[in-house]
Amino acid sequence: MATIIGGLTTSHIPAVGNAIAKELFDDPYWKPFFKAYPPIREWLDVHKPDVAINIYNDHGLGFFLDQMPTFAIGAAHEYRNEDEGWGIPTLPPFPGHPKLSWHIIESMVADEFDITSCQELPVDHGFTVPMQLFWPGLGDNPNFPRAIPVSANTVQHPIPTLKRAYAFGQALGKAVRSYPEDIKVVVLGTGGLSHQLDGERAGFINKDFDLMCMEKIVTDPEELTKISRHELVRQAGAQGTEFLMWMMMRGALGDKVTPLHQNYHIPISNTGAGTMMLECAA
Amino acid sequence: MELDAFDHHSSIPGTTLFDGEMAMKGYALNKMCYSFNKKESREEYLRDPEAYFDKFGLNDEQKQACRDKNVLAMIKAGGNIYYLAKFAGIYKMSVQDVGAQQTGMTTEEFKEKLLRAGD
Repeated sequence: MATIIGGLTTSHIPAVGNAIAKELFDDPYWKPFFKAYPPIREWLDVHKPDVAINIYNDHGLGFFLDQMPTFAIGAAHEYRNEDEGWGIPTLPPFPGHPKLSWHIIESMVADEFDITSCQELPVDHGFTVPMQLFWPGLGDNPNFPRAIPVSANTVQHPIPTLKRAYAFGQALGKAVRSYPEDIKVVVLGTGGLSHQLDGERAGFINKDFDLMCMEKIVTDPEELTKISRHELVRQAGAQGTEFLMWMMMRGALGDKVTPLHQNYHIPISNTGAGTMMLECAA
Repeated sequence: MELDAFDHHSSIPGTTLFDGEMAMKGYALNKMCYSFNKKESREEYLRDPEAYFDKFGLNDEQKQACRDKNVLAMIKAGGNIYYLAKFAGIYKMSVQDVGAQQTGMTTEEFKEKLLRAGD
């Protein structure tokens, strides 16, 4: 049977993609951010997951307001990165795992989650930056896994509640663990932490709230499900609602996790950048 | 459906919740910005911005906000920041430039504010 070995979180800011392209790993601005990743890569080198379920939020590449799924799951052989409007060179396609995708979709819909399935899904920086951070070199990296994108709407309110995001993760975890092949899966929760790009409150970052979330997501994620969406916007900023992805990831890991590594740094671009490595109980 | 019955305005200072009402109000503007994912569309826009506004059916408020490159005015006219970022990109405005403009700071002052958030 398939096993979930753990969960990884990271911010997925577009500027990180630029910094990777320019190899600014030792630049004084970037070093406190990039130093978070070598221990995670070492863990991935040891455990070599076959599949990465990459939970992110599309920012206006894969979906527009004409059709906006609340929860979408990729079910394609591969996923392509495309121009997001800034003319940045695009990355090679990411191999998918459609058999596992459809197993997850079957299982989750049976569990009464209403999923949008996607046989074509252009993936933006929310998906690609974490893949670059965890598996440098992407397809040239010998440990590069197959990927399944899962996107939740944080573009347009009503967005999902934290409670629903966590329950989604639990159903996702159940689905993966019922897959009959012996494969290893890692779940990525990407985005956040606190930031706000729009309005007179642009530049808002909330270190105390971020650190509280990073603590509770390990020890008491249920407590975080009590935060309302309005309160999340207030405390994390308008785009800090991306914390929903972390809750989805956490739900998939099961009750007990061991935090192996974490980092928090302000600012990367406009954001409080949080990175975590959580291992599932054996 | 009577949209006015909903209080969509946030009580959070300096923050607009982009909800169904705003998404309807800003649809043409956001659709134009979404088109900027494609290089050909960016080039077509730059050849004749006014014709491009009309092609997507922007209203006068949205057109003027775009002409002025005024981000707060674009948000008020229904713009969503994720799509507006693509508009800003055409003019090489970074998210710090956009933040600075909305908060009445220089970009350097805005970056300093972000650094101080880590203290």
